[in-house]
Amino acid sequence: MAIKKIGLQTVKFQNPPSIISTYTIVGPKEGEGPLKDYFDYILEDDVWGQASFEKAEAKIQEETIKAAITNGNLTNQDIDYLLAGDLLNQIISSTYTARQLSIPYYGLYGACSTMTESLSLGAMLIDGGFADKVVCATSSHFSSAERQFRFPLEYGSQRNFSAQWTVTGAGATILSSTGDGPYITYATTGKIVDKGIKDATNMGAAMAPAAIDTLITHFNDTGFSPNDYDLIISGDLGRVGKAIVLDLMKKEGYDLSNLFTDCGVEIFDSEKQDTHAGGSGCACAAVVFNGYIYKEMKKGNFKRVLLMATGALHSTTINQQGESIPGIAHAITIDINKD
Amino acid sequence: MENMTNKEYQQYAEKKIPKPTYFKNMLMAFLVGGIICTIGQLIRNWLFNSGLDEKAVAGGTSIILVFIGALLTGLGVYDKIGKIGGAGAAIPITGFSNAIVSPAMEHRTEGLIFGVASKMFIIAGPVLVYGVSSSVIVGILYLLLTKGR
Repeated sequence: MAIKKIGLQTVKFQNPPSIISTYTIVGPKEGEGPLKDYFDYILEDDVWGQASFEKAEAKIQEETIKAAITNGNLTNQDIDYLLAGDLLNQIISSTYTARQLSIPYYGLYGACSTMTESLSLGAMLIDGGFADKVVCATSSHFSSAERQFRFPLEYGSQRNFSAQWTVTGAGATILSSTGDGPYITYATTGKIVDKGIKDATNMGAAMAPAAIDTLITHFNDTGFSPNDYDLIISGDLGRVGKAIVLDLMKKEGYDLSNLFTDCGVEIFDSEKQDTHAGGSGCACAAVVFNGYIYKEMKKGNFKRVLLMATGALHSTTINQQGESIPGIAHAITIDINKD
Repeated sequence: MENMTNKEYQQYAEKKIPKPTYFKNMLMAFLVGGIICTIGQLIRNWLFNSGLDEKAVAGGTSIILVFIGALLTGLGVYDKIGKIGGAGAAIPITGFSNAIVSPAMEHRTEGLIFGVASKMFIIAGPVLVYGVSSSVIVGILYLLLTKGR
């Protein structure tokens, strides 16, 4: 019997897993953004001595996970599972990272929702009694994403104002059955929501309906209201998606205006850094959460946060065949108290 | 949200996108395109004055502009020109050069055959296919219409 499930799509953890260590590595552009002081390591060169952008991304993820493990005073043998994913075909960044680590590995694909997908599953593994320590990680790289989804870097094209900028970086979280918090107390698993947006340069609008669906379900399932949170933050809806969520949530009777924002909006200064609608990519939610939010929670500045990474689960092939972009959003409650 | 149909949502979302700066884009395309064409004209005049005939001048001008486009792509400058100039940078032959050289550079990591050579035409390929095809169709029409004259 699913004794920990509440409502339609939410799990309430009986022994909420604790976050015991995090680490973030970001690229040079992210290291010039407004959150630069929260990142653990800023690369001077986004290739990092590797022969390709794909290899660089794998190295970024690998070094991030290693540092998170070291930060937690642990070794690879202490970790029961590695849950990781990324944007590249066949999630190569995560798999080639796992090749180096010899930790039992589940590869995930949730596109940019991977951070909360991995944290939800990691927390379930621990509270289910299947693991004591789990690493949840994800990465993305501007240049490897550009060549897979868009144009060569040196091609002279113009970007739409709704387009977003893939974050270069990686974030890793270590969850443990013991620890003094912050804790993951609830996880609301998202459904695929697709309102028919086909424009791959407008991911924010494609993912916003999924975010709204998950938010409303989360409030219904848990009985929380928005004011129970100090911060509600989505993964990479960007400016366009954030505006849609604020507007449509208001029509549904939820006023989020003072406590809702988006990692993609926060990570760059879109005027100075020319990132149009904001950041995107798996690393967007990963570095903002493992850097900014986690550190602010440790200081006690946020007591309860709803983190909701959002994903656009399409591919260029099916998009060219005329299909629209399915969106998803997974939400987790992170609390400095266990209950 | 649930009572909004897909069509209603798409129309709603469309309104949330910031409007492109059409006038600025057109002005910049005019200026950048104009500058590139003026440079082309200067090259043309210089080649004429060097004593080349019409056919050699046309070929020579294209060759030099393609070289400049490729060089600026390699130096990492043409993408910036393209960002400012838009169609003004894409339509001249320097833009065509950029469309071929940029994927060739990008895919160098996958080797000379499956990388550089096979990915070289991913952007320019459609232009070549439809450009050449339409020139053949126009040529046939011209032949049919002017036949016997």
